[in-house]
Amino acid sequence: MTHLLEVRELVTKFYTEQGVVNAVNGISYTLDEGESIAIVGESGSGKSVGVLSIMGLIPSPPGRVDSGEALFNGRDMIGMDPEELRHIRGREMAMVFQDPMTSLNPVLTVGFQLTESLKLHLGMDDNQAKKRAAEMLDLVGIPNPEGRLSDYPHQFSGGQRQRVMIAMALSCNPSLLIADEPTTALDVTIQAQIVELVKQLQEKLGMAIIWITHDLALVAGMVDKVAVMYAGYIVEQAPVHDLYKKPLHPYTLGLLHSMPKLDATGQERLASIEGLPPDLRQNFQHCPFSPRCPYAIDKCKQENPALMSTGPNRLSACWRWEDLREETGFGVNA
Amino acid sequence: MSQENGKEIFIQVNNLKKHFPIFRGVFRRQTGAVKAVDGISFNIYKGETLGLVGESGCGKSTTGRSILQLLKPTDGEVLFRGQDLTQLGQNELRKSRRHMQMIFQDPYASLNPRMTVGNIIGEPLEIHNIGDANSRKERVKELLRIVGLNPYFINRYPHEFSGGQRQRIGVARALATNPDFIVADEPISALDVSIQAQVVNLLDDLKDDLGLTYLFIAHDLSMIRYISDRVAVMYLGKIVELSDKDVIFDHSLHPYTQALLSAIPIPDPEKEAKRQRLILEGGVPSPANPPKACNFHPRCSYATDICSEVDPEFRNMGTESAAHWVACHHAEQFK
Repeated sequence: MTHLLEVRELVTKFYTEQGVVNAVNGISYTLDEGESIAIVGESGSGKSVGVLSIMGLIPSPPGRVDSGEALFNGRDMIGMDPEELRHIRGREMAMVFQDPMTSLNPVLTVGFQLTESLKLHLGMDDNQAKKRAAEMLDLVGIPNPEGRLSDYPHQFSGGQRQRVMIAMALSCNPSLLIADEPTTALDVTIQAQIVELVKQLQEKLGMAIIWITHDLALVAGMVDKVAVMYAGYIVEQAPVHDLYKKPLHPYTLGLLHSMPKLDATGQERLASIEGLPPDLRQNFQHCPFSPRCPYAIDKCKQENPALMSTGPNRLSACWRWEDLREETGFGVNA
Repeated sequence: MSQENGKEIFIQVNNLKKHFPIFRGVFRRQTGAVKAVDGISFNIYKGETLGLVGESGCGKSTTGRSILQLLKPTDGEVLFRGQDLTQLGQNELRKSRRHMQMIFQDPYASLNPRMTVGNIIGEPLEIHNIGDANSRKERVKELLRIVGLNPYFINRYPHEFSGGQRQRIGVARALATNPDFIVADEPISALDVSIQAQVVNLLDDLKDDLGLTYLFIAHDLSMIRYISDRVAVMYLGKIVELSDKDVIFDHSLHPYTQALLSAIPIPDPEKEAKRQRLILEGGVPSPANPPKACNFHPRCSYATDICSEVDPEFRNMGTESAAHWVACHHAEQFK
């Protein structure tokens, strides 16, 4: 069976004056139709660069996708002709960005921005496009959709703007939606609205989703599987239930431990991950997490572990995943 | 100092208001006001951490700044060390600032990029004429050690540090004059998850070691529960609920607090799947033109006629010794 998206050994580097930054170091994952994956990591972990590479949106120079493949419906997106790429972007795969304030054009009406891609990709005329745009606004829960088409972005609230962005992304019925931290700029109550909306839309429209976030808690209730990134590597990948119940990489474990639990009282000290993320200008011969890892042994400082299979559909890049499984017995539910 | 429930009242805020005027037209006449903080009253006990939560624009930062007189309050009193801070003149205010300091949200914007770390942390000592050049330098080194940085960094510039380290510099600066009250305005929200825990642990340790009192402002409720002793929830310039943290999180009596709590994602797929979510409609109204009476009523699913007619009183629904302040007409039904 072919996957909707298959990323193989993707490597992206930035050639800067200060040296070569290894932003993405050979990540691989697959996504089937209607499936959803969360890519979780801290700033600088390469989570955004990874998907921007697939979309051909890496600013070049200084960035460059050095090697790897990203097969979307069997076609390799890496090194694809820009003209051809434009037909896929927006039409078959669409993106929602983090900041709805800066990703909408302030001097054009929302209606113009919504109909633009409909006319371009689907060859609709003005009236058809307007009708479809209003339907989309209605779908994402904006009241009085016809009337609001002539409004400008500043006339919408932050949450509404993000709804407009989602409407725009979904207007051509893409089979893949990429959401790059779409709720980070929003308040918790608005974040809950947007998460709920995306969940409903996925049920209704059945598109696949890549949800990029730094917040492990946020995606727990909404995706099928999770890939955790650190220093440009996927360090752990697992179905969502397994990952939270029994993380098999010390970094994932550390992230889950360092979040205070809302339903626990009288907690003791937060377990923080000591130290800082590494400088990405080095070529990792060792495990990139080893300097911060409480489980690190000599082997970790000499050899960088590749992803190993740790169970059905589970991968972990840790030499000691078996010890971790024996020792911790950690589970959020436990 | 006066007592309440056997605890020493450290700071008393009475009916604090901060309105920002709106000017319009050719003559720049005042046509209205943004009521960022609209009459709030609460006490902060000695040695506690009072958490202040709310969504953006609810006035929580303005509250912190108005207490420290970084913004001149429109009305109300702030009693600290036996003085009403709002009535003090420039010089007296400057003297009392030694005892109250602030940690800012953005560790990139709150440190002067052209000053060395030593100058940044030492500046409050200079301003308040504490010690001579040598003893100041020693104090700066000591402060760097206290916040977990190498004293060797004293001559470096802020850009040489990561976000978490910069926030530690901000903490060291706040501690320089040996204050006993610190307003921490979203001190961790600009930091990565793995670094947040480091800074929170640091703040927690410092509180115990140095006997500090915190007003901890944040929008991250799970972090607030972790660090606070009591929690105040703000909505549109008013405090809607205030009590011990466990009471707020487990037995909330205000619909807004309940909605806020149910909006927090839980890092557990099974619990998430079972959870009944209470999703609020719409966004926060503008504080320039807040809804009448209870300002939460347009988004509240329990609202009745009285909510749009009568402003709910901020009343104690708990006991004398375990106060639970709520501003809601229907609080009884959540008991």
